[in-house]
Amino acid sequence: MAFSHDEVLKVARLAQLDLAQEEVETFAAQLGHIVQYIEQLDELDTTDVEPMAHGAGVTNVFREDQVQPSLDREAALANAPNRDAECFRVPPVL
Amino acid sequence: MSDADIVLVIGLEVHVQLQTASKLFCGCSTKFGQPPNTQTCPVCLGLPGALPVLNKEAFRLGAIAGLALNCKISPIMKWDRKNYFYPDLPKGYQISQFDLPLAYEGYLETLPEGGEPKTIRIIRAHLEEDAGKSMHDEAAGTSDSRIDLNRTGTPLLEIVSEPDLRSSQEARAYLDELKLLMTYLAVSDCNMQEGSLRVDANVNLHIPGPDGVIATPIVEIKNLNSFRAVERAIDYEAARQIDEWEDRGLRLGEAPKRTFGWDDQKERTVEQRQKEESSDYRYFPDPDLVPVTVTTQFVEQLQQGLGELPAALRARLQSQYDLDAYGANVLVNQGSSLVAYFEKLAAVSGNARRASNWVQQDVLRVLNETKTNIEGFPVAASQMGELLRLVENGKLNTSRAKDVFEEMFQAKLSLGDAMKSLGIEEVSQDALVDLCRELLNANPKVVADVSGGKQQAVGALIGQAKKRNPNADPGSVRKILLELIQQMG
Ligand SMILES: [Zn+2]
Repeated sequence: MAFSHDEVLKVARLAQLDLAQEEVETFAAQLGHIVQYIEQLDELDTTDVEPMAHGAGVTNVFREDQVQPSLDREAALANAPNRDAECFRVPPVL
Repeated sequence: MSDADIVLVIGLEVHVQLQTASKLFCGCSTKFGQPPNTQTCPVCLGLPGALPVLNKEAFRLGAIAGLALNCKISPIMKWDRKNYFYPDLPKGYQISQFDLPLAYEGYLETLPEGGEPKTIRIIRAHLEEDAGKSMHDEAAGTSDSRIDLNRTGTPLLEIVSEPDLRSSQEARAYLDELKLLMTYLAVSDCNMQEGSLRVDANVNLHIPGPDGVIATPIVEIKNLNSFRAVERAIDYEAARQIDEWEDRGLRLGEAPKRTFGWDDQKERTVEQRQKEESSDYRYFPDPDLVPVTVTTQFVEQLQQGLGELPAALRARLQSQYDLDAYGANVLVNQGSSLVAYFEKLAAVSGNARRASNWVQQDVLRVLNETKTNIEGFPVAASQMGELLRLVENGKLNTSRAKDVFEEMFQAKLSLGDAMKSLGIEEVSQDALVDLCRELLNANPKVVADVSGGKQQAVGALIGQAKKRNPNADPGSVRKILLELIQQMG
């Protein structure tokens, strides 16, 4: 399946990516190939196959409701590009 | 067509915070009001390589809520990523449930004020994690937003109703009942000030036309921070949509779903800037979390543990204690502890109606005035029950009993000490008879008058008895006096 430029631009917008025109071309081709590859699965007859919810085949992994120590605030904020003494700072949110 | 033919259609999405100690997928505390960014860890900060693990208690509380909402519990539920970018969502996705939610297809019986009981269908109830909090910082002279991630990852249950509600009153009744149910089960404290219960309303109109009913585009109202705000926002939005329909005539599907915020100060809904493609969340299964399977045995066990839910409790109070619907409702709406208090009171006092009246009038008044709850109420139900039994047996009249109640509450005294403090003592039957004999001996004229048919003459002696012993019950004194005179005659 070929990917249209509009579809590439939509996916890019949802991922908040700015693409140059030539990148749009490149990704349209690449995404098309990826989808084509996955479409091979359509050749299988899955009529009687239960949908799979997870690949690991494991279920019901829980933790008890117990409070564990959190990070120091300094550690939590350490990697922030912009911060003050208490909070992360980001451009204005409306 | 008149406005009266237009049907208002409302569906509610309610988020309740589940009452757990730790977050949904990590061990950080969920305690409210802590200093910003002191309750985070690699999992809830969304740091690479961190692995979320489901909080068992959050799952249990969600399942309990689902059952109480008469939902089916999915034999298998799974986790999905809801992708969007927002500064208070550090991972760039929210862990939620898309196609296999915890619970689905339920209903809630509601009691709209002044209307008939109404059943509202529930589409689904699913678990998800909360986002953080963004604060706008104008004080610092910049236009930055400040982000606090303490709340990020807090467990929420999102309960989605069918669009079965037809008025703001019905929406209110649904929310009241939902809140009552969640607090009864200790699933959530539903504290709106702390964000433990949040409501979004989906509102549109069904307009009868010559070719059938026309539906108008749906508007979602957000930022509803009280039940009162929900009612007013729905009423405002209904009027606004009628105007808009008359102006523009847009039908469902001819305009995208829009989001409005409720402005509590201006008392109006305001259209919010459309987040581009906001509906395109690209859900996909979260590979970090495994599915949860649920056995029928587990469901049955939870079902049995639900105990008596508010609707059943209302019915029982009416049948067992002969309370009216209103009275039963008042008691139940105050929570299970108050109902337990009432039941003890009814048992000890031997008069359920009186117990109900005293709880509704006196106990609730005092709780209101002192802004306390029944758990912290100083007058034990057993003591209060003894007090009401004195009234029941005619040993204390109601107004005197109210004084005693006041004294028990104010001075935190036992029944006996409160009565002593007010100088109220029970006078023995022998003492009363002696007193009456003395009075009759000293007043032969009264005896003669009463014997001669002037029964009211006995009133003078009742007054004297009261003077000699303030605790002498006038009714008993009268009865004894008349009996003695009869014997003398
Ligand atoms: Zn954490």
